Amino acid sequence: MISAETRDILVNGLWKQNPGIVQLLGLCPLLAISNNVVNALSLGLATTLVMALSSGAVALVRNIIPNQIRIAVFVLIIAALVTGVELAIHAWALPLYVVLGVFLPLITTNCIVLARVEAFASKRSAAHSVFDGVVMGLGLTAVLVVLGALREILGKGTLLSGIDLALGPETRGWVLHVIPDYDGFLLAILPPGAFIGLGLLIALRNMIENVRAERTLTPATTHLAAPPATAASGEAA
Amino acid sequence: MSGPLARDALRETLRETASTAFTLLLFAVVCAALLAGAYLATRPAIEHSEQAEKRALLIQVLPPGGFDNDLVQAARALPVDRLLGLKRPGQAYVARRGATAVAVVLEAVAPDGYAGEIRLLVGITADGALTGVRVTAHKETPGLGDYIEVAKNDWILQFDGKRLDAPATEGWKVRKDGGQFDAYAGATITPRAVVKAVHSALRYFAAHRDTLLAAPGDAAPPPQKEPTP
Repeated sequence: MISAETRDILVNGLWKQNPGIVQLLGLCPLLAISNNVVNALSLGLATTLVMALSSGAVALVRNIIPNQIRIAVFVLIIAALVTGVELAIHAWALPLYVVLGVFLPLITTNCIVLARVEAFASKRSAAHSVFDGVVMGLGLTAVLVVLGALREILGKGTLLSGIDLALGPETRGWVLHVIPDYDGFLLAILPPGAFIGLGLLIALRNMIENVRAERTLTPATTHLAAPPATAASGEAA
Repeated sequence: MSGPLARDALRETLRETASTAFTLLLFAVVCAALLAGAYLATRPAIEHSEQAEKRALLIQVLPPGGFDNDLVQAARALPVDRLLGLKRPGQAYVARRGATAVAVVLEAVAPDGYAGEIRLLVGITADGALTGVRVTAHKETPGLGDYIEVAKNDWILQFDGKRLDAPATEGWKVRKDGGQFDAYAGATITPRAVVKAVHSALRYFAAHRDTLLAAPGDAAPPPQKEPTP
């Protein structure tokens, strides 16, 4: 049995308040590195790890941080954790470090990390905060992977290309050639492809929500989902 | 408002400010200590993996089995030189079979990449043919300019076998500029910089061939050429 609060965290992170397609936070990595599934999954999981750690760390010290300087302290904690994670990945998971490149340290600037710390972890228990960080991270990862798959299939006709960079040369055979003898569609790989793909995903989600709202005939439930247009203003690239 | 009350309020404000500043300082110190610890804990592993990566890269730019010395041991200093694009002294690795120098690997830098320097290893045989070029560090756009990495694309392999005079000087450009080297549409600045840097490295090799390939004993450039034993 899961408590109502746990259920809320799950539903919010994965659907109602999904960072990728509802809150529209963390778009910098979303748009930059979602050009194939392997990159998207790697960065998504690294971000999830950072979110879990930073939410947990902030929840533990939330009562001793003066309100006026809380944002400065949060950023300090997030930056330190990201650097720690970066060093650890560099030392013990070199291939992953090579794949993620500059986007690993850039997790610091990902708004979704600070947003969850400020909106959730600074007010809740450590266990709930870690769980919220993980679920929000996985929600973002899911969007990244779907967008990555979309762009990779359209752009290169493959899935999982570059898996050998992350998991070693023996996995080279895992690459799926979804469309054989495909010439490629550069637009999908380039940044505009990310914007178009993300737009389509947001449209799809809104469509599903609209259909559900009509079915249940209780329009009042739709206001629970934050309107994307206003939530987007906090994004820092 | 009376004097003593205002003074009390001021003292209270100062106390609060000091306490807040102290808290922030405390967090900064704790975070810095944690980072220092993480750095020290990961440094051996990072150095080890970087050196292993360097050896693996050096082997890639040289023909397999063509030499029998330890390349990292056989490193010698390269001066700061415009042709190599080096801002700090770099290294050259001489590959020998027995006492004969068969090839040399030069560190070179393409200073005019799309996002700053592109660091290269350029392998050249004793008679001036390229045995391989690899990128060791760059900040080019991921997914766009990073096809110069051999792990992502075969692009860099087209240098293999090229020489300073083959193609001729006007051929040492990307195809878009009338040269012989392919480049992907949408990212030509990166390959242009690499082609230019490899060409310059070959010119450097042509000018300093004898010094570069001299036996290890004559670390300093010998004034007169001596017969190698």
